[in-house]
Amino acid sequence: MTADVLVPTSAAEAAALFGSGEAITVFAGGTILLPEIAAGRLSLDRTLMLHRSGLDQLTDHGDRVVIGAMVPVAALVDSDEPVLAAYAKHVADGEVRRTATVGGNICAPPGREAQRGDLGAPLIALGARVRSTGAGGERVEPIEDFLASDRSGRLVLEIEYDRFPRRSGTSGRRRRHAHSYAIGAVAACSREDGSDLRVGVSGVGPTAVRARSVEQSRDPAAVLADVTPLDDAVATAKYRSTVLPILVREALDRLENA
Amino acid sequence: MKLIVNGVEYPITSPPLTPLLHVLREELEITGPKAGCQQGGCGTCSVLVDGEPRRSCLTAVAAVDGAEITTIEGLGQAEDLSAVQHAFNEHYAAQCGFCTPGMVIAATALIERKGGPVEREDVIEALGGHYCRCTGYVKIIDAVIAASHAGSLA
Repeated sequence: MTADVLVPTSAAEAAALFGSGEAITVFAGGTILLPEIAAGRLSLDRTLMLHRSGLDQLTDHGDRVVIGAMVPVAALVDSDEPVLAAYAKHVADGEVRRTATVGGNICAPPGREAQRGDLGAPLIALGARVRSTGAGGERVEPIEDFLASDRSGRLVLEIEYDRFPRRSGTSGRRRRHAHSYAIGAVAACSREDGSDLRVGVSGVGPTAVRARSVEQSRDPAAVLADVTPLDDAVATAKYRSTVLPILVREALDRLENA
Repeated sequence: MKLIVNGVEYPITSPPLTPLLHVLREELEITGPKAGCQQGGCGTCSVLVDGEPRRSCLTAVAAVDGAEITTIEGLGQAEDLSAVQHAFNEHYAAQCGFCTPGMVIAATALIERKGGPVEREDVIEALGGHYCRCTGYVKIIDAVIAASHAGSLA
């Protein structure tokens, strides 16, 4: 290991060192990268470590909550947004959550055995926006657009969502122990009068996806128009396709009865 | 870089992206934390970092530069066991013993955080990511609950 390790001490310095994201690897919590490096499966040249970058602030502005990219997943377990808390507490166990970061979670590529990026679904349901930097400079975009883009060229700075009274519901299946992944999970949020429904689905494909067809039709079966389930070690695509509409219906029922 | 491990300060020369686990075991020869799965899934490498339990295999040493690390060696001695170690001994909570360092670290942190007796559900939540391949979970959970009633962790 002779990696050139860069340790910026501010967000601005991190952005400058990241540049356009060419030939540099971002090391956030490291829960995915470090085992790969230690086992010799991954060799890094330039590595940007963010632990001193000041991006670890979770700021409540009253009507808006800003989550720095380096905020540990553990910090969201006590969130006053039930969808965020529900998903955060199902990411690995408390010890891993203290190291794993929110920014890393939404940038994680799919694993060899299972899908990753559990927090995508609740952040979609909350209408979260991602502020990132890279080629072309800073930009702010809806999280579903960020997840659908080539994330490798972006450095996530922060994620924000608006706070207002919401109804919400979640549903997931078959997470048998702290280190197993659900075969799929659904998060849904709306305003208190039921309007402005937003539905996020995670764990069924390479990234979380916004289920716009469900939002428009309120038909759980419509989720298969938005999501193409994949085969992996956790479940087959066929099984996921059968179960996913049921998960959507449960999440919508829970939102309705919230 | 430097680490304060079990109260002793050590300069660290390992590369910055070395897992804390390997720094402890190979550079400092502190072998209480075990190298199990080495990908965060088993929990036997867990140590306290500034008082909070973390997987040392998932923690790059540069990210904890200057931190206070407590390993199982820092909790008690053979003739002066900590409350959790004593309860593990009393309740036969160690079989092969490979998972025990991580279990004891996580249990100690749980009891400190709760500040008193813990419920079975608390133990299952706190130790839920730790594997015992001897499957001695019932005795482990019993030991942690007993230790939490012992009053002092020292």
